[in-house]
Amino acid sequence: MPNLTFQDFKSDQAVRWCPGCGDHAVLAALQRALPQVSHALGYEKERYVVVSGIGCSSRLPYYMDTYGFHSIHGRATAVSTGIKVANPTLTVWQACGDGDALAIGGNHFIHAIRRNIDINVILFNNRIYGLTKGQYSPTSKFGAITKTSPYGTVEQPFNPGSLVLGAKGTFFARSLDVELKLNEEILTQAALHDGTSVVEMLTNCVIFNDGAHKELSDPAVKADRTIVLRDGEKMLFGKNREKGLVLEGMGLKAVTVGEDGYTLDDVLVHDAHTDNMGLHMMLAEMKGPELPVALGVIRNVKQVTYDDGVHDQVLEVTAKSRIHSVDELLHSGSTWEVK
Amino acid sequence: MQLTGSLFADASAIYGNGLSTFPDYPAEIRAPHGTVSGVSGFQVHIGSGRVTTPGDFCDLLVAMNPAALKANARWCKRTAMILVDEDAFDEAGLKKAGFTTENPFAELGVEDRALIVAPITSLTKESLKDSGMDQKAILKCKNMFTLGMACYIYSRPLEPIYAYLEKKFSKKHPEVIAPNKKVLDDGFNYAANIQAIPDTYVVEPVSDLPKGTYRNITGNQATAWGLLAASEKSGLPLFCGSYPITPATAILEELAIHKNLGAKTLQAEDEIAGICTAIGASFAGNLAVTTTSGPGLSLKSEALGLAVMVELPLVVVDVQRGGPSTGLPTKTEQTDLSQALYGRNGECPLPVIAARSPAGCFDAAFQAAKIALEHLTPVILLSEGFLGNGSEPWRIPSMADYPEIHPPFVKGALAEGERFKPFERDPETMVPQWALPGQKGFEHRVGGLEKNHAGVLSTDPENHAQMVAERAEKVARIARDLPALEVVGPASGGLLVVGWGGTYGHLSTAVSELKAEGVEVSYAHFDYINPLPANTEEVFARFDKVLVCELNSGQFASYLRGIYPQFNYVKFGKVQGQPFLVSEIKEAIKKEI
Repeated sequence: MPNLTFQDFKSDQAVRWCPGCGDHAVLAALQRALPQVSHALGYEKERYVVVSGIGCSSRLPYYMDTYGFHSIHGRATAVSTGIKVANPTLTVWQACGDGDALAIGGNHFIHAIRRNIDINVILFNNRIYGLTKGQYSPTSKFGAITKTSPYGTVEQPFNPGSLVLGAKGTFFARSLDVELKLNEEILTQAALHDGTSVVEMLTNCVIFNDGAHKELSDPAVKADRTIVLRDGEKMLFGKNREKGLVLEGMGLKAVTVGEDGYTLDDVLVHDAHTDNMGLHMMLAEMKGPELPVALGVIRNVKQVTYDDGVHDQVLEVTAKSRIHSVDELLHSGSTWEVK
Repeated sequence: MQLTGSLFADASAIYGNGLSTFPDYPAEIRAPHGTVSGVSGFQVHIGSGRVTTPGDFCDLLVAMNPAALKANARWCKRTAMILVDEDAFDEAGLKKAGFTTENPFAELGVEDRALIVAPITSLTKESLKDSGMDQKAILKCKNMFTLGMACYIYSRPLEPIYAYLEKKFSKKHPEVIAPNKKVLDDGFNYAANIQAIPDTYVVEPVSDLPKGTYRNITGNQATAWGLLAASEKSGLPLFCGSYPITPATAILEELAIHKNLGAKTLQAEDEIAGICTAIGASFAGNLAVTTTSGPGLSLKSEALGLAVMVELPLVVVDVQRGGPSTGLPTKTEQTDLSQALYGRNGECPLPVIAARSPAGCFDAAFQAAKIALEHLTPVILLSEGFLGNGSEPWRIPSMADYPEIHPPFVKGALAEGERFKPFERDPETMVPQWALPGQKGFEHRVGGLEKNHAGVLSTDPENHAQMVAERAEKVARIARDLPALEVVGPASGGLLVVGWGGTYGHLSTAVSELKAEGVEVSYAHFDYINPLPANTEEVFARFDKVLVCELNSGQFASYLRGIYPQFNYVKFGKVQGQPFLVSEIKEAIKKEI
């Protein structure tokens, strides 16, 4: 059993993110989660490959002492897919930003999820283009004022969770950069899931979008504006866990237990493993002021992975075929002799 | 028509003829029937000697409707036979094809050819009236009736066609085997009985062919098989990430069949994902391939640069078609050469090689993979629609005659505290070592950003200059492994004819026909374009003039001029979406003598 610590995953390269950038905390959580994954699954360090696209968060592979591939803008998901199909014994992690994964790389992102290739995607969502110094991204809020939207954007943002679930994703989790303990837990679960795991990390960009998620992360309001979902547990939130989510009519409602006739029995119990997408979608789309934003593992269901499918088919066809070498292939079908 | 043509070709191949085929069809799946732009053609050239081109002008034109006659009449020799389906030459058919008189033959100036006007549709209906097939299915059989007639004219045995029908339909539609055989026989017998056919021909099997087992093969199939051969010889599983595109799709389709040889195919969501999944697979240690055509190669440009930068092996097959943009998807050209050589940002050299014939695609694909794997570089293999869809008989090689492929995998272990340097090079070949994820102790990072030998990011000016030079030198030194450029004909003299890729058949035929006519010129054909064979300069220096023939406006000529400006180049280009004619090459050569 490998006995690895977070130190084993730290590379000798100086981390060059801005002081105060949310990416530091996500990197730390990943470096702390991987030893746990290794312990649970018996993975040696050389099994890990960390892939990224282009953007601030995509520098992450350089800071991990694993095999790493810093690819090109938007294409990390395709590179990860190729790595996993080529060698399914590798454990593939991917770092990508909101612009990288959802704008230029949107196509690869949804198709990886559709195929359910067994990769772990950390989607750093700071709602801004950082490395190009402050343009709006596909997750920037409507009306966001940025360098390329000086009068405010006139386009609606993506909710990454809706996109993942819309593509019939099998694993989606969300967290805040500052939630170190929760993030270790989520990232470990993502690694243990077979299939495409997407973890949306709501990160702060201290330079170009400072306070990107302040309305959630501010300690004064966090307990009321977010809810941490855990499979099998009641959906409770609030400073004293006095609030809960109930299903009413076609939607979710936040109530206070003991008020308006609501009891603890009315509060929903989270089931991340149900196939039913409906409630997961409602949870992923919750937002204030009426509802808390869902953190934690929202969906985690089993489904055959693409990489297993490819390899099973190779074995199946090989077992049935009479052709097992190129010489045999060349002589198959119609041939004739010249004597 | 495509099936009829390929069955005639297969029957001829099995009979032992020399053979070359060229399917020429519209881009539309069901192009407007009966219109000139919708004509689907299949050109077959058979001979009792070696055949290297589908031929310029034909001895027999089979035209199933007036539009087909109109589109192809100009390719008929003076002595040609023209076989048409009389039933399709009604008023409506003639009008649709744009004829203005009742005599389409006279209108096209081919009334003096041997015309065989047979009511093929009616005869097919009559032949199959008791078959129990419905009218639509019966009408489909008229091509089989025509095939029977053509087999009579060229004394082809019908057995290979019977065998095809049995194999094709025995599982799903055994009921159509007997009717198809009957209509084939009836066509053959009809042609024998009508006495309207002036001559029949016996094209003897080729007598001087090397002994061995032969098969017919298309270029796309040969490309796929050559890649599988390289996978076997390197011991690395084949991974192909591709997006369907005409005329390259058949390579992906062919590889998808051969999972039994460990081939993994991923039909990607787009061209970029095709190459990026392949780059990922290469990083993880597979023989990685992506297949495409011109517009797809454009989309792959950025990722090709990444493959150059991270120094990973990758084969990119470009089956060229008419361009620019969507261009002429089903037509053939050599217009992607400059794109293959230069179409990337930064200084980004990579090996470019070209296939010379349909069967030659096997060796070209094998070589592309060998170079990629042994020199850790992406390689572009240029094929052409003409090669990919065309076919020829091929003497099946033995894999024992092919070399092993040895990628430069890291050897041994690192010393305590030593870090693997992913871009430290072998001083002889300039090739780095290859460490695969999963290997303990060799953890390293690659990426599109410039790095130093240790794999650490660097924007140092001297380091960048050095890395640019080293990457270029690595590619240049591949020339040391390449076969020398060969000259056919006199070793020196006034004129050297030069070509590359799929024009080989036409150029070599033109040169040998001229020789038979008493005009001797020298000819050199390039399979390796970057780097060029090491003796290129020395060969060119022996001639006064170099005539560069290619299916574009002079891209190879400009490339050669850029490298060896001291020679006198003459361009002969053609950009019509069609292969050369042997006759036009002969004219061009004569003009320069």
